[in-house]
Amino acid sequence: MSAQSNFLTREQIAACVAADLEEDWLVNLGIGMPTLVPEFVPPGRDVMFHSENGVIGMGPAPAPGEEDQDLISAGKTLITLVPGGAYVHHTDSFAIARGGRLDCAVLGAFQVAANGDLCNWRLPNQTSGSVGGAMDIAAGAKRVFVTMTHTTRDGDAKIVAERSYPLTAGGVVTKIYTDMAVISVTPDGLALDAMAPGLTAEDVQAATGAPLDMSNAATISVAG
Amino acid sequence: MKNKRAETLGDAVATIEDGATILLGGFGGTAVPEFLIDEVCDRGLRGLTVVSNNAGTNHSGLARLIGEGCVAKLVCTFPWAKESFIFKELYDSDKIELEIVPQGTLAERMRTAGAGLGGFLTPTAVGTDLAEGKQEFTIDGKEYLLELPLHADIALIKAHKADPRGNLIYRKSARNFGPIMAMAADYTIVEVAEEVAIGDLDPEVIVTPGVFVDSYYVTGPYKLGSGGNRNGGNQ
Repeated sequence: MSAQSNFLTREQIAACVAADLEEDWLVNLGIGMPTLVPEFVPPGRDVMFHSENGVIGMGPAPAPGEEDQDLISAGKTLITLVPGGAYVHHTDSFAIARGGRLDCAVLGAFQVAANGDLCNWRLPNQTSGSVGGAMDIAAGAKRVFVTMTHTTRDGDAKIVAERSYPLTAGGVVTKIYTDMAVISVTPDGLALDAMAPGLTAEDVQAATGAPLDMSNAATISVAG
Repeated sequence: MKNKRAETLGDAVATIEDGATILLGGFGGTAVPEFLIDEVCDRGLRGLTVVSNNAGTNHSGLARLIGEGCVAKLVCTFPWAKESFIFKELYDSDKIELEIVPQGTLAERMRTAGAGLGGFLTPTAVGTDLAEGKQEFTIDGKEYLLELPLHADIALIKAHKADPRGNLIYRKSARNFGPIMAMAADYTIVEVAEEVAIGDLDPEVIVTPGVFVDSYYVTGPYKLGSGGNRNGGNQ
């Protein structure tokens, strides 16, 4: 295995996700790494962000002095509204999610299975979890992109043949972005789209708990 | 015309009894009706079932209500935030019961109650731990869970402006659960920053019509942008 320094940073993972968001998409962002995605959307590409607490058109953090405690994100951070944005109440916000109006949700995960099962709301050793809007959004979005580290701190694979963690939504993940690779979930299993510079397809396979189709693997081009 | 304005906080919450089920507006620290909650605390009510997205922030609002032992059960989507340490303390010592509900399901269960429906089918939580004990249905090849209405005795919510008929508008993301909770309770009590005259709210933009509001208390204008929370906003 290549050195740890070849792995992508959180910002580089977010940039990989941002590059795949398309013009006119409405995108929901989970808490954590997904919140880094908006700043990497290519200039001129019109992508709208949805926040589960009723914001369509979430903008960046406010300038100093412009903070408004009535305008927060799902992660409870202060945000702004982009021109043409709108406020809705919670049932409309989740109608957007369940009703198929989210082109994409970008979410963190503890574990993803080869069939697209998403596990991100509770650890197996916990008796309870904070589900928030994760189950509704994962069940309803047209595409679910997962951002996470490729393995646990102990080096165990987080991408597995069959899930062992509590399920959030079954068969929903379409693409996985990690510090090692970008992987698509296809009806035939997992396909390695690209790996971090300096890593081989075999490095990625060795850290993955399910077989990867490596026939079309490219190398991720990292800016800077 | 019935006067829905409560002149004191005591008058506003006078109808709440021990053991009541209360819908509590707010998401994180935003739109939490802290004046009303503090008055419920001061009345020393017991055995309440509270429905709230979060489990309280630091020491104020719902956190205070829980900390003073008023709440027997919490229905919640996101209980384990670090700022909800008072809830965790009571939960860990078996002093409070918890029901976890996915956020969209929570919102729709209240809307369903308000709309006079007997339940709804949702794809959310199919195949998960939270599907336990729920009936499953397959419609056009897709699996759904049956979810039942969530009705309550009382809703305590916060809005930006009210007129004497109880028509409400909200402010930015502080709208969140307010309009839905107002529909789902027998008796809805609102704290508002500002009261305006009948006719001052544009009928095209009224979010909650007064038919869903029973009483409101005017907290007075707050500095816009501070969240209007008496205990220091969202932080």
